[in-house]
Amino acid sequence: MQTPASFDYERATSVEGAIASLAKRGGDARIVAGGHSLLPMMKLRLANPGCLIDINDLTELEYIREEGDEIRIGALTRHVDLLKSPLLAKYFPLFHDAEMVIADPVVRNRGTIGGSLCQADPAEDLSAVCSAVKAIAVVRGGSGERLVDMEAFHIGPYTTAVGADEMVTEIRIPVRPNHGSAHEKCERRAGDWAICAVSAALWIDGGVIADAGLACSAVGPTTVHVGRAEDLMRGKAPSEALFAQAGQMASTDCNPSADSRGPVDYKRHLASALSKRALRRAAARALGQEA
Amino acid sequence: MATVEDHAPNLPSATEERPIGYGRLKRKEDARFIRGQGNYLDDLRLPGMVFGAFLHSPYAHAKILSIDTSAALAHPKVAAVITAKDLETLGLAWMPTISYDTQAVLAGDKVRFQHQEVAFVIALDAYSARDAITLIDVDYEPLPVVVNARKALDPGTVLIRDDKVGQRDNLASPTWEAGDKAATDRVFAQADTVAVRDIIYPRCHPAPLETCGMVADMNPATGQLNIYNGNQAPHAHRTVYAQVAGLAEHMIRIMCQDIGGGFGGKVPVYPGYVCAIAGSIVAGCPVKWMEDRSENLICDSFARDYIMRSEMCSKNGKITGLRVDVIADHGAFDSTAQATKFPAGFFHIVCGSYTLEASHVTVKAVYTNKAPGGVAYRCSFRITEAVYLVERMVDALAIEMRVDPVELRMRSFIRPEQFPYETTTGWTYDSGNYAKTMQVAMDIAGYDDLRKEQVERRAKGELMGIGVAFFTEGVGAGPRKHMDILGLAMNDGADLRVHGDGKAVVSISAQTQGQGHETTFAQIVAEELGIPPEDITVRHGDTDKSPYGLGTYGSRSTPVSGGAVAIVARRVRDKARLIAATMLEARPEDLAWEKGRWYMRGDPERGAMIEDIAARAYSGAPMPQGLEGGLDAQSMYDPPNLTYPYGAYIAVVDVDPDTGYVHCRRFIAVDDCGVRINPMVVDGQIHGGLAEGLGIALMEVITFDEEGNCLNGNFMDYLIPTALECPDWELGETVTPCPHHPIGAKGVGESPNVGSVPAIANAVIDALLPLGVKHMDIPCFPARVWAAMQGRAEPPQ
Amino acid sequence: MQVTININGKPYSGDVEPRLLLLHFIREVAELHGTHWGCDTSNCGACVIQYDGMPVKSCTILAAMCEGHEIRTVECLEVDGQLDPIQAGFHEQHALHCGFCTPGMLMTTRALLDENPDPTELEIRTAISGAICRCTGYKNIVNAVRWAADFEAAATQGS
Repeated sequence: MQTPASFDYERATSVEGAIASLAKRGGDARIVAGGHSLLPMMKLRLANPGCLIDINDLTELEYIREEGDEIRIGALTRHVDLLKSPLLAKYFPLFHDAEMVIADPVVRNRGTIGGSLCQADPAEDLSAVCSAVKAIAVVRGGSGERLVDMEAFHIGPYTTAVGADEMVTEIRIPVRPNHGSAHEKCERRAGDWAICAVSAALWIDGGVIADAGLACSAVGPTTVHVGRAEDLMRGKAPSEALFAQAGQMASTDCNPSADSRGPVDYKRHLASALSKRALRRAAARALGQEA
Repeated sequence: MATVEDHAPNLPSATEERPIGYGRLKRKEDARFIRGQGNYLDDLRLPGMVFGAFLHSPYAHAKILSIDTSAALAHPKVAAVITAKDLETLGLAWMPTISYDTQAVLAGDKVRFQHQEVAFVIALDAYSARDAITLIDVDYEPLPVVVNARKALDPGTVLIRDDKVGQRDNLASPTWEAGDKAATDRVFAQADTVAVRDIIYPRCHPAPLETCGMVADMNPATGQLNIYNGNQAPHAHRTVYAQVAGLAEHMIRIMCQDIGGGFGGKVPVYPGYVCAIAGSIVAGCPVKWMEDRSENLICDSFARDYIMRSEMCSKNGKITGLRVDVIADHGAFDSTAQATKFPAGFFHIVCGSYTLEASHVTVKAVYTNKAPGGVAYRCSFRITEAVYLVERMVDALAIEMRVDPVELRMRSFIRPEQFPYETTTGWTYDSGNYAKTMQVAMDIAGYDDLRKEQVERRAKGELMGIGVAFFTEGVGAGPRKHMDILGLAMNDGADLRVHGDGKAVVSISAQTQGQGHETTFAQIVAEELGIPPEDITVRHGDTDKSPYGLGTYGSRSTPVSGGAVAIVARRVRDKARLIAATMLEARPEDLAWEKGRWYMRGDPERGAMIEDIAARAYSGAPMPQGLEGGLDAQSMYDPPNLTYPYGAYIAVVDVDPDTGYVHCRRFIAVDDCGVRINPMVVDGQIHGGLAEGLGIALMEVITFDEEGNCLNGNFMDYLIPTALECPDWELGETVTPCPHHPIGAKGVGESPNVGSVPAIANAVIDALLPLGVKHMDIPCFPARVWAAMQGRAEPPQ
Repeated sequence: MQVTININGKPYSGDVEPRLLLLHFIREVAELHGTHWGCDTSNCGACVIQYDGMPVKSCTILAAMCEGHEIRTVECLEVDGQLDPIQAGFHEQHALHCGFCTPGMLMTTRALLDENPDPTELEIRTAISGAICRCTGYKNIVNAVRWAADFEAAATQGS
């Protein structure tokens, strides 16, 4: 099998310590949590950091809890825990949808939400999920903490707003009433990257959409946040026609590249088709019509 | 923790179902595998062993201007770096292929496919070997690349095999032809309906879970070369190494221990094997080479890559004629595993299971800048390609004729009374009752109900498809009067010794890679002699301890080795009769046999059990006049013909109208492989082959970009079905014994791969018929299905 | 660096590079060969072991990351000569051919039954969807897991 080049290794004992080590190595060090994005790339010698800082002992970063009007998720929370979380199932069902189709069950035992978001593969599902539910990332560095919304977080392929000497510690999601959400993915085979995936979130008040979130994975250099569709839907009653329009906007506003998974026109088509499906289910859940 | 022995109130005990002979016998080899005690190649550790790794070419076609190995040699853990120049001094820079071509072991003058092997590093540990290859500096001058096989013979195309004297173009071997062109033209001229299709069977890969590798251990003091290797034909390999390395055959010992799957991928001799051997000679110690998955997918024997144009015609409602012209993409070296004189393998079987009046087939083989190979992945020597073509064409013709595809087959099948049946390409099928098998499949599937359901679903805009495939294939190669591989007869031997305690050892030349030989071949002996299978050990895999034979591929283990074992067991039984006659003071013709004993016809209570006969054979008591002591025999089986297993498969798919995703809802497989030694093992083989066929139909493909870069060189990009894509396979059987085989068995290993791909492809196209789709090529990825739905079906790259 | 890992209840120590994968620690330092490898990209599942009771791909975790954690490999399933019901189930139901994927499948399905003693067919297929088998077509593996589940349910009732 292919094996990585040599590197130094440290086990972090605290977040501060991890950040200090990152700063000391001046960009040559990478955080490793689940390692299921980073280690395969290192084995193929596509990534060659000089030092890995293992944060798996920082169990204080593994949690999913309600705090005030937010759900807060520690960055080290594993995919399997996101999948099984009753809290997330209750408040943000799209997490369960997404986790069922992220990688495979064995990988999900190790991979983390922080790792997935920071790896920022353009086809990565949780980025769309977090964008749709208006999540905020807590990024800590040597000079303290800052809050970064998903739009600012996702910059490009494998590129985020997290600096070389910073790490994500938490994801915060505001909880508002009358919410439903869903994640739809089309893939060639179980466990594959998405050809296209869409996360939809709706907050419906008195039969009218109070707020909407719509984001697509795998159809752009980074997560495509379909702000135009969100603007369109606010203030209107949910309907097939509305969702078709929203889907059309997702199709137009995304920026897919042709690759083995599909050509551009097919991916644009999927953006539209999956947006409709996700919005339909999000609405049904918001209105209490679907489990 | 509960244990099996403690609590088993309502469950079948391990001691039930222990047939002596044929039957559902649980496997003996499981004992080590379920404990993680298998002995696979990478488990092997020899004292002083070092590790080899390849440097590969990034280019698909380029001159090599220079290779600088100095930095790699300076690495503290590197023992040696071998390049083509070093191999030239050993006469090993090029090696012969099974198809009478030559193949570069390491690229010398130029590289001819992307990822071709350029240098071989030998280091003290595997991690260091991989580090060291990054230190080798190669200067390339890129050349134009040939990726499209259809254009390989266009005038002015760059010459790939400029190493071959007299080679002027990229033709790999003279065009092969079968059938009768004039007769076919006449039949087409009189036809009622003609279907024309361009059908591609794309490149795919057997991808066994264990990659290929070798440990080579040359002992300079004794001149003995020990080779540990997972390969499907150890004796044939030994012969090749003896010729290539100039050693005596008996001074080479190949030991195959447990092999993690083969599927034809472990038949060829690979550059890694030659480099490991050369490395062992150079380094003076054992050298281990284990390929990684990328090397396996990109460099090793691929499968298929047949570009086919075909016409099929009908008259009076029956299929009458077939034309097929094929361009075969062999990659940069023609290393297909074929019998001599069969450059297109057994493609003759493209006539299918039908009473054609005439057919005409041509196959043109070309070189391209891709990895060498073509015959692998349970293909029965190109029968997968042939059956795919003919079964797709039958459906295409059914569409043009507007008849049900099963109906067209039923009308056109060869009928039972017509066997033995000589086809229009000159092959003689031995036996069959095709309509009966087709009907069994339809009954299991509930075919008429499925068609009714389809009508209802179509009315709702759903895309449900039902696909049928019926195949006849020819396996068990083969008679020495008709075929050989590299001049070696395709005969296999068996040695059987019954010891004085009544237990036995049977040594065979077949080489299991999971087919259950340690159990099934014991069952053959058990059936013939009445010795319980647990008292029979099957010995295999060591060329010093097993008889000569051409190994396991082409579903030949049961037809050929199985024949050898049945015959050798009968020879032992015949000798036992003579000994029993002496023991019973009777004449041999007075004795009759029941499983396990010879007894007096006129006085059945008086008999001799096989274990007592065995004890007698080694004892000091008198032997029959002129008979030597001991109870053993040898055989070398020359099959009189191929065997012709067949089957009827039905696939039911649902296509998502929004995404084009294909879900295989049901799959029904009815196989006729003659007598079944172990139905449990037969069913298991079929399950596995169906999963592979589903993979090929829906997701497995090796493609290249315009620069010849392989795009599917790892398991993220070469997709293999998981348990979620595979339906719960529904199996049925009919049993038509093979008339010429000693136990009436036909072999079955490849049938499921042969029949499943066209069944699923036909199902997908059937699903899309309401949209006007009459053809699409596999694999049926969602994107490709969607494009077909838009009227834009295109062949894969 | 010195690394000590508890494998099957026993500590194994070695002086290893940080880049040594757990898979190779198991195979080379602990000299347990039941855990296999079949790919470069964490897709095939031949290397699955249990890490603190959860199935994990040992090719995608560093040995150094496993200090302080419990690793279990296929060699731990048989205890005092008695097979684990999941091993018995694979044998009873012919759920293996070449045996190469089998240890990974056993460790994955053992963990499934530990967490979910009565899995549906879909739950079984999902649990093993991170592992490839090229030989069996998966049907008998599903049957083997159900056999073991039924066996353990009967044992629980009986005791």
